[in-house]
Amino acid sequence: MSKERIKIAEELYDIMPAEYQDLVKRATYGNEQRGWKDIGNAKELIEEHSLCAGCPESMAFRYILASLPNPEDTVMVGSTGCTSLVFPHVAVHNIHSLFGNQNAVASGLKRALTVRFPDRHKDVVVLAGDGATVDIGLDMTLQAWFRQEKFTTICFDNELYANTGGQESGLMQKGFVAKMAPVGKTFEKVRLPEIARESGCHYIVNCTVSKPNLIEKVIKNAIYIAREIGPTYLQLYTPCILEIGKNSMEGLQEMRDSEKPTERFAYKEYVSEPAKELLAELAAKEKERKAEVKRQLASTTVTV
Amino acid sequence: MTTSYRVMPGPEHFLPPSAASMGIRLPDPGQGHIHGSIVPEEEALEEAARQFLSARVPTIFPGPLVLWAWNDKAAKKAKAIRHLYETIKECVDSSCQQAMLIPMPDYRPKYPKINPEIEINPNHPNLTIWHNKIDACMFVGVHCHQANLSLKIIRGGTSCYTIAMCAQAGHEDAMLSVRDATADKIIRLADWVKKLKGSVAPPAEHSA
Repeated sequence: MSKERIKIAEELYDIMPAEYQDLVKRATYGNEQRGWKDIGNAKELIEEHSLCAGCPESMAFRYILASLPNPEDTVMVGSTGCTSLVFPHVAVHNIHSLFGNQNAVASGLKRALTVRFPDRHKDVVVLAGDGATVDIGLDMTLQAWFRQEKFTTICFDNELYANTGGQESGLMQKGFVAKMAPVGKTFEKVRLPEIARESGCHYIVNCTVSKPNLIEKVIKNAIYIAREIGPTYLQLYTPCILEIGKNSMEGLQEMRDSEKPTERFAYKEYVSEPAKELLAELAAKEKERKAEVKRQLASTTVTV
Repeated sequence: MTTSYRVMPGPEHFLPPSAASMGIRLPDPGQGHIHGSIVPEEEALEEAARQFLSARVPTIFPGPLVLWAWNDKAAKKAKAIRHLYETIKECVDSSCQQAMLIPMPDYRPKYPKINPEIEINPNHPNLTIWHNKIDACMFVGVHCHQANLSLKIIRGGTSCYTIAMCAQAGHEDAMLSVRDATADKIIRLADWVKKLKGSVAPPAEHSA
């Protein structure tokens, strides 16, 4: 929906619950500089959620929704899993696809939006769990990358099927014993970031969601590159505290422990050559914008 | 197809059948339906006005299609809805009746719970109806799929009389429905309320 359309009918404004009035008055739709620092200052695009207390996925959702560069013109595509419990609460258009079909749905959607709105950026962002991305939907995930579909795929990697009680997933680490995988995983964690690179993704990041500024940067990079060049992939560790035997307050530490240099979620990034050029261009523009703001501030100060 | 089934105030039962599956059909342009019987549109509007005037808590539930001013038509409809609400408020007996205007801002399920005093949610409309003791309501500006879902839940679990002012082809699952809703049609309904003021008996003191 265009931000020009997100307004409440004047005659019925007074009966709208406060949260919707806030959404119109205090949300950051249309603000190109929006980011994680708006959390707490502006109306968020997610408030209440139905995840477990302390779930790192809820942090990830907050950071991602705060970092979308263009939420009023973004459609998110989800799939079955814990993420699908959250989508009904977010104030961004979203589609729940059949389990594993998310990248196929997003492909059609992105193409249709490009035809329908040739002069506007319509961002499509897939957000699904590791089961949907790597196991059940691997075919659709890879085919979308092979075809160079211009959208971002985000995988919330909690390394098992958390929503259904802890079954083994392809992204589970070798040897891990889960509630419904008592023998322990017998083969290595699937190296999807590397597969993504070989499949044609132009920007790939593997990290945790412990650092909001980092998440903002990678989300924006991934979306800008997907808009202009081709598919991008983010694999974000969002541990399921219940399934790995942690308490509500231990999710953040679990992520910090898992992102140490020798650990499996140490920050890894791949940027293709065309994507590097685009990022350099964007960085130059941003530098120019900041310089301009500084110049304007200086001139205002002198005038005063 | 003829049917003896009638769409009546419930509680019908936990999972009432969709009225369409029971042989109730939608009205053609210029028509409405009352309890599933096709009638001229004007007759349906008159009966809707009677229901409002005879209810203890006549309520309008405007949905997202009119709450959000996404085009000029929506803004006009919002104005007409406010006019209808003010008219009902003016025409009922304030000693035993209370008109309400409660929004259905969107269709997202609300957790941990909704506040039934200030909104209605299509996934559990009965909560708002029970809480406010609503005995007649009108849906307007609600997308058809959500309206059907909600109207069935209301019919299944409450005794509320449902009216659907639909911008498309009408709703079988409401007890009374008018189709092709426009701002003018909503104002015509308000005119009927004004016209019938004083001629419809208000609800008996303890009949709820």
